[in-house]
Amino acid sequence: MIAAGTISISLGEVAASLALIAVAIAVSFWRRAELEQDIVVAVVRSFVQLTAVGYVIQAIFDSDSLLLVAALLAGMVGFGAWTARGRARAVPGATGPIVLALAVAAVVTLGLVIGLGVFKAEPRYLVPVGGMVIGNSMTAVAVALNRLADEMHEGRRQIEAMLALGATSFQAARATVARSLRSGMIPLVDSTKTTGIVFFPGTMVGMLVAGAEPVDAVRLQVILLWVLLGAVALSGLIAVSLAYRGFFTDAHQLREQPPP
Amino acid sequence: MSLSIPSGSTALLGPSGSGKSTLLRLLNRLADPDDGVVRFHGTDVRELDPLELRRRVGLVPQLPAPVPGTVADNVRFGPRLEGREVDPEAPVRLAGLDASFLDRDASRLSVGEQQRVMLARALALEPEVLLLDEPTASLDADATAAVERALRDLEGVSLVLVTHDASQAERLAERTVRLREGRVAR
Repeated sequence: MIAAGTISISLGEVAASLALIAVAIAVSFWRRAELEQDIVVAVVRSFVQLTAVGYVIQAIFDSDSLLLVAALLAGMVGFGAWTARGRARAVPGATGPIVLALAVAAVVTLGLVIGLGVFKAEPRYLVPVGGMVIGNSMTAVAVALNRLADEMHEGRRQIEAMLALGATSFQAARATVARSLRSGMIPLVDSTKTTGIVFFPGTMVGMLVAGAEPVDAVRLQVILLWVLLGAVALSGLIAVSLAYRGFFTDAHQLREQPPP
Repeated sequence: MSLSIPSGSTALLGPSGSGKSTLLRLLNRLADPDDGVVRFHGTDVRELDPLELRRRVGLVPQLPAPVPGTVADNVRFGPRLEGREVDPEAPVRLAGLDASFLDRDASRLSVGEQQRVMLARALALEPEVLLLDEPTASLDADATAAVERALRDLEGVSLVLVTHDASQAERLAERTVRLREGRVAR
């Protein structure tokens, strides 16, 4: 049993929850969804990856070194940028804007919450909050840039017609850039609106299970959601504001582009 | 290829794929040639401000691409980019539409009417030269006649018309240059 007031979980309890995986595999096999192999891979990967990162975080907590925290967050930015880049392949020269967007979002949001005294500058706050900020920013940037590439392709005639009237690249792309930023931010805005009604966010669930007072769990969750909204807005803005330039030359011409 | 286009009206006539539209996009620097030079009044266009060049050398595209909003919003669009306000009525009349069109939603007009909005929008910048890229290719006979009438009545602006229609070239242009496979056919 997991007892209230502690967060000690034995391997036996983890193993017991494999019963639910058996249900998933049985459903897949019975209805021929052909996902059995993927489910097994997902189970093994989630256990190995999370266990490994658990030891890394444990080591960083034990060392209490902010330098190691910075190194871990930089690694997350790098991996997040690589992932987002994969989904924004049709945006020319997007790597720089993505890295900058994730790094600035992490530094500014963590700087603000520490500067305002919301969290202490300790690994136990910086690592999980930084991870959430970078992960959510990565998703927002990937969605926004994917949309940007689609719209720059579909709206090519309209954009070139504006250039022909003497518009700068910025003026011609302004509406497209705004729609791309919007599509990157909307998922988090919507889930923030419905939080507590349609879904319980993970942090709150974790704190409640670990035995925290509901009021504390809720307050921490609210802070995190607001921090994430700021981070997602900032990273989306930086990514689309820099990345749209890749579609134009310095002479305000549209570059030839393969379809996304 | 070497080609000199004097003021007045010139048609570039050729089958599709002969490079007409590409040639037109070099003239207002929406594109640059791989090699060679495009000159405007004797100056290499790469030495000119591309935005200023495009205001002096306007373009009516093959298919209308209005900005969201009314006809008046579309006509004001170009001058507003450089912070200028214009009365949209004069260019709209020059393009062969009457003032009742000003408050109509541009995206709900027929293609022929939209094409005249494109013409009005280009004229609002008072260009020296107007580039016309198959301006009636997607229009029916009546709409084609209306656009051609508006173009014939224009004064004080040189026309460079790209078309595959020899009779249209004859109706609208003082000179016709025949293009074939990216070259001037003699």
